[in-house]
Amino acid sequence: MSHQGTQVEIPDEAPPRTPSGRRTGVGDTSHARSWSRGFFVKLAVVAIADAVSVYGILTAVAVQSWGVAAFLLVALVAITWVYFSRRGLPAKYLLPGLLFLLVYQLFVMGYTAYVAFTNYGDGHNSTKSDAVAQILVQNEKRVEGSATYPLTVVDKAGTVGFAVVVDGKAEVGSASQPLTAVDGATVDGGKVTAVPGWQVLDFASIAGRQDEIVNLRVPFSSNPDDGSLRTQDAQNGYLYRSALTYDAAADTMTDTSTGTVYRPDSRGSFVSPDGTALTPGWRVAVGFSNFTQMFTDSRLSGPFTQILVWTFVFAGLSVLTTFALGLFLAITFNDPRVRGRRIYRSLLILPYAFPAFLSALVWRGMLNQRFGYVNEVLLGGANVPWLTDGTLAKVSVLMVNLWLGFPYMFLVCTGALQSIPTDIIESARMDGASPFRIFRSMTLPLLMISVAPLLISSFAFNFNNFSLIYMLTGGGPSFTGTPVLIGHTDILISMVYAVAFGSGLKQYGLASAVSILIFIVVGAISWWGFRRTRTLEEL
Amino acid sequence: MRRSIPLAAIAGVTLALAACSGSGSGSGSTASATASAKPTLSGTLTMWVDETRIDSMKPIVDEFQQQTGVKVDLVQKVSGDIRTDFVSQVPTGQGPDVIIGAHDWTGEFVNNGVVATVQLGDKAKDFSKSAVSAFAYNGQQYGVPYAIENIALVRNNKLLKDTTAKTFDDLVTQAKTANTPFSVLIQQGDKGDAYHLYPLQTSFGAPVFKQKDDGSYTNEIGMSGDAGTKFAAYLQKLGKEKVLDASIDGDKAKQAFLDGKAPYIVTGPWNTTAFTKAGMDISVLPVPSAGGQEAKPFVGVQGAFISAKSKNPLLAQEFVVNFLTTEKVQTELYKSGGRLPALTAAASKVDDKVLAGFNAAGSTGAPMPSIPEMGSVWSFWGTTEVQLINGQAADPAGAWTTMITNIQNAIATKK
Repeated sequence: MSHQGTQVEIPDEAPPRTPSGRRTGVGDTSHARSWSRGFFVKLAVVAIADAVSVYGILTAVAVQSWGVAAFLLVALVAITWVYFSRRGLPAKYLLPGLLFLLVYQLFVMGYTAYVAFTNYGDGHNSTKSDAVAQILVQNEKRVEGSATYPLTVVDKAGTVGFAVVVDGKAEVGSASQPLTAVDGATVDGGKVTAVPGWQVLDFASIAGRQDEIVNLRVPFSSNPDDGSLRTQDAQNGYLYRSALTYDAAADTMTDTSTGTVYRPDSRGSFVSPDGTALTPGWRVAVGFSNFTQMFTDSRLSGPFTQILVWTFVFAGLSVLTTFALGLFLAITFNDPRVRGRRIYRSLLILPYAFPAFLSALVWRGMLNQRFGYVNEVLLGGANVPWLTDGTLAKVSVLMVNLWLGFPYMFLVCTGALQSIPTDIIESARMDGASPFRIFRSMTLPLLMISVAPLLISSFAFNFNNFSLIYMLTGGGPSFTGTPVLIGHTDILISMVYAVAFGSGLKQYGLASAVSILIFIVVGAISWWGFRRTRTLEEL
Repeated sequence: MRRSIPLAAIAGVTLALAACSGSGSGSGSTASATASAKPTLSGTLTMWVDETRIDSMKPIVDEFQQQTGVKVDLVQKVSGDIRTDFVSQVPTGQGPDVIIGAHDWTGEFVNNGVVATVQLGDKAKDFSKSAVSAFAYNGQQYGVPYAIENIALVRNNKLLKDTTAKTFDDLVTQAKTANTPFSVLIQQGDKGDAYHLYPLQTSFGAPVFKQKDDGSYTNEIGMSGDAGTKFAAYLQKLGKEKVLDASIDGDKAKQAFLDGKAPYIVTGPWNTTAFTKAGMDISVLPVPSAGGQEAKPFVGVQGAFISAKSKNPLLAQEFVVNFLTTEKVQTELYKSGGRLPALTAAASKVDDKVLAGFNAAGSTGAPMPSIPEMGSVWSFWGTTEVQLINGQAADPAGAWTTMITNIQNAIATKK
């Protein structure tokens, strides 16, 4: 190691500028290898992180989640390398942030994008193999009028079989061997208790081989039409016949009584030639159909424009009203002539301190037409339909959002006002500018430099302010007679919720696709807004 | 949503039970000498229960553990999420072995392939027929019932002593003689409540779906046509007369009745516990007819489902099919939960006057349809009804017909 290299590292890595550190001579005084207290702390922290990763990897492998296992492995290697290598210095600061970004942001976004291209939702809930298994189970029906067979689970050299009493005689069979009578079996109370050549399984061994026993089908006779014996509780056997059979090679389901063949289609279902689909289906990729549905489905495209306009009005007015009120209050309470400013300021921040969804629920109660505080007490028993009339509901939503939102604007405006140098305002006043003129030409433009980006983010937030709408009005009052149940105060995101989940059938694919579309809209507006704010800075 | 089930569960049933042989009849301990009579199973079952049912389930699973040695991990889920979580988590292998819920979840569960079939065998005949068939779907059994509930007319005996009214209009007239702010409370809310209006609707001969002879539903809408529009007009009339009010939701209706502000309320056993606890003297009666035919409420059935991906299928079946179906367990669940047991033998021993009243009122009712499309039906149905009540929809026949078209379209596009 050159002396220079050590010199470069010291300023970044801090302490070991001690004479003893230098005297080690070899020049390698990296924090990673000096036996200082910091090193041991680091060793302990990295060891814990590694231990957690190893545990995670083992768990992930055990449940065969290869993606998670691979991610954790990479993280493990990265953590160990970065914190013990001398070259990974900048990464030491970035790595934790990067990992959290990956897990909480990129993964979620990637997964949403993936779901948007599938038909994941009710009826297409799982994998194809799960669907095939379930279709077979659901279509395996008990032979009508057949008896209940008290059953004993037996074992011969690892092969499980059932022993039952048929017409007073003990019979034994396994998956490959239909039930046949055996001599010398002991029967007690209609139940076989011992069979020569077979070992009766006790409950402990039964509990250990549950899947094997539940999945066992013992043919009742050599004639497959007689059905087969199966048990669900290892105590009673019933005769079942399958109404459908699955041909794994041809990938088709066949109805055993009618001969109808069901083939898999591109939408993830087995479908017969006449169009009947078997349930459940499975998850498949469906391309862009979730994205186009919003525009091609007439039930959705009709109200879409109306909702879109209201969403912009709602987000825009929310920002404007809260900003106007917040700024007005900030200027008022920024004036040194106001007494008790601190108390007022603390009180004004209160609405901001309550969880928004809670406040929305409280407001919903207060605005109730018949029992609400506003009508009953404040308006002396008036009958104003605050939340049940279309237009008034819109006004109510904006008013409540004003109440919820102005403290934030008040806070940021107060902060920004205090950072404006008082001398330029002073000089303007000396020059004889009126207070309004000072506000218009000096305070506001200077304020906008720091506040404009916050206004844009506030717009983006309100554009997707689902919890307010959902808690306050639920989108209502509903439009009369529309083919999708949405209402006067629904914004885009709550409309998506109503369409994708409100109908009782969940459509995760559609919901993901539309939320991506909304993200693009909000993203574009924010990008445009930030570009515009840059011109403000050139003031 | 359409109804809430705030179950004031009184837990704390003392247990002392001899081992039950696995024969399924649950008939005591005569066979305890044989090796199989005291099953020493091992393992752990995971069971999801929502907050309204967990208290009554706790003693039951403790008893199951004592008897069989199988530990049951009760996991409390929020009632609003339990159903959705089950559907989304079973495929990942993270779901429970058993879930306690209502029969109208059956369709959604089957449609998503997340429940296992169960075979009640000879036990099926020990249950009320409609309770068992409520958990059946396409001729296959998916759950085991333990309790039945339905709504009925509840009278505050302090305000009115006697009910002679044969029609709902007479009932309202009589109720008004009590001089209270409300006459007959039927909870609604912003999104409507078709469940609580269903007895009135059926009295017009307009069931939501047409039924087959065996009581199971077809997916053909039954509330279209004349009968439906007559009911729609009747709703509008009740709204104009201020008998029905959209701003009275479940909590407000319950509170108003508790405060003695109405002689009658249409509600279910989940509220009567609170009424009797408050020291009210109440009687439970069938809802009088409004449209000439018998008023039939929906019947809801509580029960247990087994996950399609349970890793302990035998233990889960043991609990659901062999343990939950015993008379002792069903009686205990009735005592803690205050609902009529689904097992006939346990139900016949119930001597509670209030429950007997609910039972009589629900005897002709049919289970709520459990087809997955019911979700679209509920929301259109409730919204239209509330728009008729608050006068937003001026033309009842037109609004009702539009609603039927919308429901039919919604069902058609889901296929």
